[in-house]
Amino acid sequence: MSRPLTPAPAARAFVLTVTVGALTLLYLPIVTVLVASLREPAPDAEATWGLAWYRALLADDAIIDAVGRSLVVASVTALGAALLGTLGALAIERGRFFGRNALSALTLLPLAMPELVLGIASLLWFATLRMSLGLYSIALAHVTFAVSYVLVAVRASLRGFDPALIDAARDLGADRWAVHRRVILPLIAPGVLAGALMAFTLSFDDFLISFFTAGVGSDTLPMRLYSLIRFGMSREMYALSALMILVSAVSAGIAVRSVAARAVR
Amino acid sequence: MKAHGHWLALPLFAWMLTFLAVPLGLVAVYSFLHRGPYGNVVWELTGANYARLLDPLYLTIYALSLRMALAVTAASLAIGLPLALAVARAPAKWRTPAMLLLMVPFLSNFVVRAYAIKILLGSDGPLAALLGAFGADGVSLTDSPLAVWFGMLTNYLPFMVLPIVVALERFDFTLIEAAYDLGATDGQAMRRVLLPLVRAGILSGCLLTFVPALGEFMIPDLLGGARTMLLGNLITEQFLKARDWPFGAALVMLLVALMGAGFWWQQRWEADG
Repeated sequence: MSRPLTPAPAARAFVLTVTVGALTLLYLPIVTVLVASLREPAPDAEATWGLAWYRALLADDAIIDAVGRSLVVASVTALGAALLGTLGALAIERGRFFGRNALSALTLLPLAMPELVLGIASLLWFATLRMSLGLYSIALAHVTFAVSYVLVAVRASLRGFDPALIDAARDLGADRWAVHRRVILPLIAPGVLAGALMAFTLSFDDFLISFFTAGVGSDTLPMRLYSLIRFGMSREMYALSALMILVSAVSAGIAVRSVAARAVR
Repeated sequence: MKAHGHWLALPLFAWMLTFLAVPLGLVAVYSFLHRGPYGNVVWELTGANYARLLDPLYLTIYALSLRMALAVTAASLAIGLPLALAVARAPAKWRTPAMLLLMVPFLSNFVVRAYAIKILLGSDGPLAALLGAFGADGVSLTDSPLAVWFGMLTNYLPFMVLPIVVALERFDFTLIEAAYDLGATDGQAMRRVLLPLVRAGILSGCLLTFVPALGEFMIPDLLGGARTMLLGNLITEQFLKARDWPFGAALVMLLVALMGAGFWWQQRWEADG
């Protein structure tokens, strides 16, 4: 009696059906928004294609301001997290000191817990210190979770290069500072950059932690988005959502192409 | 190696202590304080918040949250496992495009994604139009637990798929052929060979889906309407509306305890394997 070497056709058909179904599930909402953003109301009941929502969006100063605030917070977060995370990664990977494992575990915590917990903990802490809330309190909380991602990226690149390069530099007379500046930093620069970009994106996209740590008048773009959906349902939301989807798709495309280009080299 | 580089750790250590460890400890402290008459916090120790956690009204909310998180995890697993298999077994040149196709929706903003689902399911959306064509007018699928379940499912799918794909990439598929040669049926090859060997990936996928689903605030808030109150919404409400921070802190402690139980369960199951 012969045995089948591959799963039965029924099993394959099942896997194929689930795959197509899942992709439909993922893309249907996105396509709906893209289509809705291009429909504009006409005086007679029938809607037509047009850019009315995009024009309304560009005229909305509150949204433009929110984009500006998000960019500021994300830039500060990326810079702060990259600096703090790179120094920390160097210490954790290359140093031996008391509390090293505890520090390593502490930095992994934000990756494992829901944002809600960090958002509330930050709010309680800032309130206890009687700090007034604003853009800087958002940035403080953002650095705290973004630094975890920078650490993951930089620690991986620190483990990724040949340690003999450091010995070679020392043999050639480099002191500790020169080893760091001339050998280690150039080698881990891609990891630092990847971590900083991740921190920027995470901060720019974050809603929940900003929601708890923002002051009056310091709402970021995701917060503005949320309150428009929650309280207004203004239809320029269609255009804003469609634009944000396009921006993330394009930046994903660029990232993939640069990774592919590096892989070819 | 002699101890060096410790001063480099100081800034990170100070930061994590100041902005993570102390604030988290503060949540624990707040959970033992109580609310004053004007929504202020009275610095007097009490266990009352923990007694209040057992109020039957709140018990139904925890039950709904747990059921919701489990239903989302189960559905993600049912879809995610075949999906991960399809990706892992695809010809090499298709694998990267397939992963990309899966990931791209998740690169857009979380709020935007929730909003997109609201439009899809809402009374102006294509599904309602489709149902209208069959004579069911003005149907809105939003503002229901079902919409919340659907929203979390589509948003958390990659958390389930990615760890399983990673596990499947390490799996030696000739073992399946060996099982067939030894007379195993499809079901047996799946249950006795494949599943035990990718179990760790499946367990991390379940945990990575379950934990955020349990603490989710925005999806139930935007898609669930007033009828779907989950733990995340109850907690947020204590801080923003009821202004009962100590009770909110006790609820956060409960959430952390439930998550801890999830991690413990995962560790145990992995150890059993």
